[in-house]
Amino acid sequence: MREITYCDALNEALRQCMTEDERVVVLGEDIGTYGGIFQVTKGLQEEFGPDRVVDTPISEAAFIGASVGAALTGMRPVAEIMFIDFTTVCMDMIINQMAKMHYMFGGKGRVPMVLRTNIGAGRGTAAQHSQSFHSLYMHTPGLYVATPSTPYDAKGLLIEAINNDNPVVFVEHKRLYTTNGPVPEESYRIPFGQADVKREGTDITIVATHALVISAMEAAEEAEKEGIAVEVVDPRTLVPLDKETILNSVKKTGRLLVADEDTRTCGVAAEISAIVAEEAIYYLKAPILRNTSPDTPVPFSPPLEQAYMFGKEKILESIKSLMAYA
Amino acid sequence: MKLTKAKLLEMYEMMVRIRTFEENVKELFKAGLFPGWTHVCIGEEAGVVGACFALRKDDYMASTHRGHGQCIAKGMSLKGMMAELMGKVDGVCKGKGGSMHLGDISVGAMGGNAILGAGAPIASGAALSAKTRGTDQVALAFFGDGASNQGAVHEAMNIAALWKLPVIFVCENNQYGISVSQAKHTPIKDIATRAAAYDMPGFVVDGNDVVEVYQAAEKAVKRARAGEGPTLLECKTYRWRGHHEGDPNQGARYRTKDEIAVWKKKCPIAKLEKHLLKNKIATSKKMAAISADIDKAIDDAVAFAAKSDFPKLEEMYEDVYTLEEEIR
Repeated sequence: MREITYCDALNEALRQCMTEDERVVVLGEDIGTYGGIFQVTKGLQEEFGPDRVVDTPISEAAFIGASVGAALTGMRPVAEIMFIDFTTVCMDMIINQMAKMHYMFGGKGRVPMVLRTNIGAGRGTAAQHSQSFHSLYMHTPGLYVATPSTPYDAKGLLIEAINNDNPVVFVEHKRLYTTNGPVPEESYRIPFGQADVKREGTDITIVATHALVISAMEAAEEAEKEGIAVEVVDPRTLVPLDKETILNSVKKTGRLLVADEDTRTCGVAAEISAIVAEEAIYYLKAPILRNTSPDTPVPFSPPLEQAYMFGKEKILESIKSLMAYA
Repeated sequence: MKLTKAKLLEMYEMMVRIRTFEENVKELFKAGLFPGWTHVCIGEEAGVVGACFALRKDDYMASTHRGHGQCIAKGMSLKGMMAELMGKVDGVCKGKGGSMHLGDISVGAMGGNAILGAGAPIASGAALSAKTRGTDQVALAFFGDGASNQGAVHEAMNIAALWKLPVIFVCENNQYGISVSQAKHTPIKDIATRAAAYDMPGFVVDGNDVVEVYQAAEKAVKRARAGEGPTLLECKTYRWRGHHEGDPNQGARYRTKDEIAVWKKKCPIAKLEKHLLKNKIATSKKMAAISADIDKAIDDAVAFAAKSDFPKLEEMYEDVYTLEEEIR
């Protein structure tokens, strides 16, 4: 199969959805001739025109609110917010409007929209362009949350998100945009709520998200050299969460490490740990471990930012500490 | 534009319908039949009716926390509304929205918003949708003088004007954001002045004169349908009651009894009644008959709501998401 980047996979998903369904419109800042800050929308305005690929003013509340209104009235808007950090300026539109409309109005009115955004530190952009607070949306009832880690998942999950009748926060990852992987040329959907076991193993389960799936895979390869068989589970969507796959894996391995880039307190890793503690504690041979970002803002200075981030090494260390329990 | 006698009578009927609904709400709230908060629009009916009468059924309207009148004028069922206010399963939102979140997309009511000003971007989105789909529908957003200071309202006005969206922004200026008067919350006298900043027309109208409101709204709707963009319409009015039922407002904390009395003399319904009588459009007898019919309709709605059940507890978990099975 041909290999394309995560960024191009997303672009192809948008293009195919826009070709198939004229209700799909794309809105955001600098997404037109500029192609989006990470080039996910490149060429779309040229192909579909400025009425379907809309460059917006710097007014997130306006264009997320407008996406809610357009979705309620028959469109399928896909809005891009340049960085997840900027979703804070339209939090009302996301949490009180996009997420609640369907419920508040007793199931009348649907909000089939996608809010695309991204997380991830490592680009020296400090505390307001590097955050990873996707847990906040996992925490909000009414939203679906997709977190693709590969180009294949990126395309299939985005096509599903656009065709899904629920509002979706689609969380991409900055460091993944340039990664390559096999992606079918045709349109395909990855159903929400189906985790992907990226690697099978019997000794330890790592539930990893986003770029940490790649790190977990690398750590698993290293561990294998020492005879440790690591299973890597990528939830792919945090809401709905495929608890069954996670629990079955933990029941098999008896050890759980959760690796997620959000900060530690009340994060994705905390939630998954709690689920396993509640529903599979008697299968555990070792305490549950979390690898997360520290509870600090993302620092600017390169050594500090490097210390804030983590990957293969830290995961490997955690694997070893869990294996110390018989 | 000259209004037909029939249209004037319809407007009158609608204003009385809203007033009667709200008078009932007031009493039922006092009697403990409505959970939570309720905000009535007594005294503000002309703005509501004048603006909504300029719309078609398939046009969109985003209402506010003080939205009972807006929803009635847009065509929402009285029975469904009354049941919703009581939190009953036959409510327009199955008892999940309540007084502040009345929504029924089938009559173009996109939902009441208790986040002030939030309806402005949402209505702009409905307008964007109409424009993209190539229909001539328009969207109307109600908001108050207090909410006019929300960033979301300004952002919405900017995109609506920039993209020439068919939106009518209707500011119901009742002169208070809860307890803070306009003089204390806004440096300008007329909210409509702000239209200039977005290069759109802005009109100030007597919000207690339904004919004046209707004529201005109609002009705005016409402009919107013609693809010429949004309009900001400011209706100067006054709420007779407190911010919410139970607000100890009546001349006590933030406004005087004299001020309330002055505005009660400017009652929008009495004003239209006078016009109808003077121009022999309706007799007192006819108006009494209208009132009697409305009383009956509202009594029926209250009886319907009282008889309706509360939702089953498991319904709490329904409608958080649209399930695939429902779509198919």
